[in-house]
Amino acid sequence: MITTDILIIGAGPTGLFTVFEAGLLKLKCHLIDALPIPGGQCAEIYPKKPIYDIPGFPDVLAGDLVDNLMKQIEPFEPSFTLGERAETITKLEDGSFIVTTNKGTKHHAPIVAIAGGLGSFEPRKPQLEELSKFEDNGVEYIIKDPEVYRDKRVVIAGGGDSALDWSIFLADVASEVTLIHRRNEFRGALDSVEKVQELKNLGKINLITPAEVKGILGEEQVTGVAVEKKGEDPFIVDTDHFIPLFGLSPKLGPIGDWGLEIEKNAIKVDNTLDYQTNIPGIYAIGDVNTYPGKLKLILCGFHEATLMCQSAYKRIFPDKKYVMKYTTVGGVEGFDGTKKQAPKAIVKAIV
Amino acid sequence: MQDVTVYITDREGVQHEVLAPTDMAMNLMEVVRSYELAPEGTIGVCGGMAMCASCQCYITSDHQLNEMEYDEDAMLAEAFHVQENSRLSCQIPITEQLNGLKLTIAQEV
Repeated sequence: MITTDILIIGAGPTGLFTVFEAGLLKLKCHLIDALPIPGGQCAEIYPKKPIYDIPGFPDVLAGDLVDNLMKQIEPFEPSFTLGERAETITKLEDGSFIVTTNKGTKHHAPIVAIAGGLGSFEPRKPQLEELSKFEDNGVEYIIKDPEVYRDKRVVIAGGGDSALDWSIFLADVASEVTLIHRRNEFRGALDSVEKVQELKNLGKINLITPAEVKGILGEEQVTGVAVEKKGEDPFIVDTDHFIPLFGLSPKLGPIGDWGLEIEKNAIKVDNTLDYQTNIPGIYAIGDVNTYPGKLKLILCGFHEATLMCQSAYKRIFPDKKYVMKYTTVGGVEGFDGTKKQAPKAIVKAIV
Repeated sequence: MQDVTVYITDREGVQHEVLAPTDMAMNLMEVVRSYELAPEGTIGVCGGMAMCASCQCYITSDHQLNEMEYDEDAMLAEAFHVQENSRLSCQIPITEQLNGLKLTIAQEV
């Protein structure tokens, strides 16, 4: 069981900044994210895109913003459960919560802050009949262990970086790699495209374009896929695995079933006070929440995180008196023993 | 001209006649969202960067639109339910030429 003061669901910019604001109040944070890396949308969807409305930054790349936030929160030693999705929540008698992930990891905290953005990133699935029947029976959307494909026949569908990169990687692992894409052109990095071309010329990747997988064959296990190629009769490619790699899209997912008030695919919160949800002790901050006048902006998420932490502190320590302190005055005292402080003025007499 | 009229058919098949401003640097996806013609969280998920295809639409009138750029074309190459007249509505800026445009929002994936 992982225990912490504030359990943050979602390691995007809002979730990461929460660690800082909580840290100033000596509260420890743990973050859960379905993605294998912190950063949320900034890391997954647009790391190389500039953002122009972070106060104090005329422009900053989304990926750099995440790196900066990670550096900013480092003194507060956040811990992470990455690559797992928060699945269920149980409220204990003392008002604290246990959140369990899809992999069974349990987390215990008096405060839960949902900073889940638009939801957890799930693979985009092709619209094929009986697709779900073959999931984990030869159809995989994420490659966890490439060794599974050793000496097996693999069909990959998609035209982006992951389709190209995995085709290249598996060309040396699988007995047969077929890459199917709807276009002749690929969207990936130039050297990946060139490498696939080279492997195709060497006969190590069977490239079928412009074509689409239209059906899956097999009783219980995948034995082949039906392919339609422009200008040709439909044909079958025998295979042991079919791996559609069409990117990820965010879904609110299980959080939607936690008994929280949902409006417009977002969690309703009290924005007049502290961004708490209808369940006391559970807050929702950043893009995942909604209230009158809500704007899905990173800068708004930062503000919401700040107010939420003050409320969380009062909830954990109802009898302690506290007033917010400026970092310029109080500095930043890390849990790791580091201390950042404004330099003291030098006083020296002139004689 | 400040506003143009656009006819948007939502995912339930209902057509809406809406006014779209030409002076706010808006795109079609944002017009759909501003009139709440598709549930929040199911359209414009990436914010309008041609990176998610949640705003795919079918253009059903014969208006001359801005040319598709590489990002949009590449995204549509991986999207689902793509047809000859598919566009990402986030990549179509509202201009006076769009007056009378008709489009249908593609179903959610």
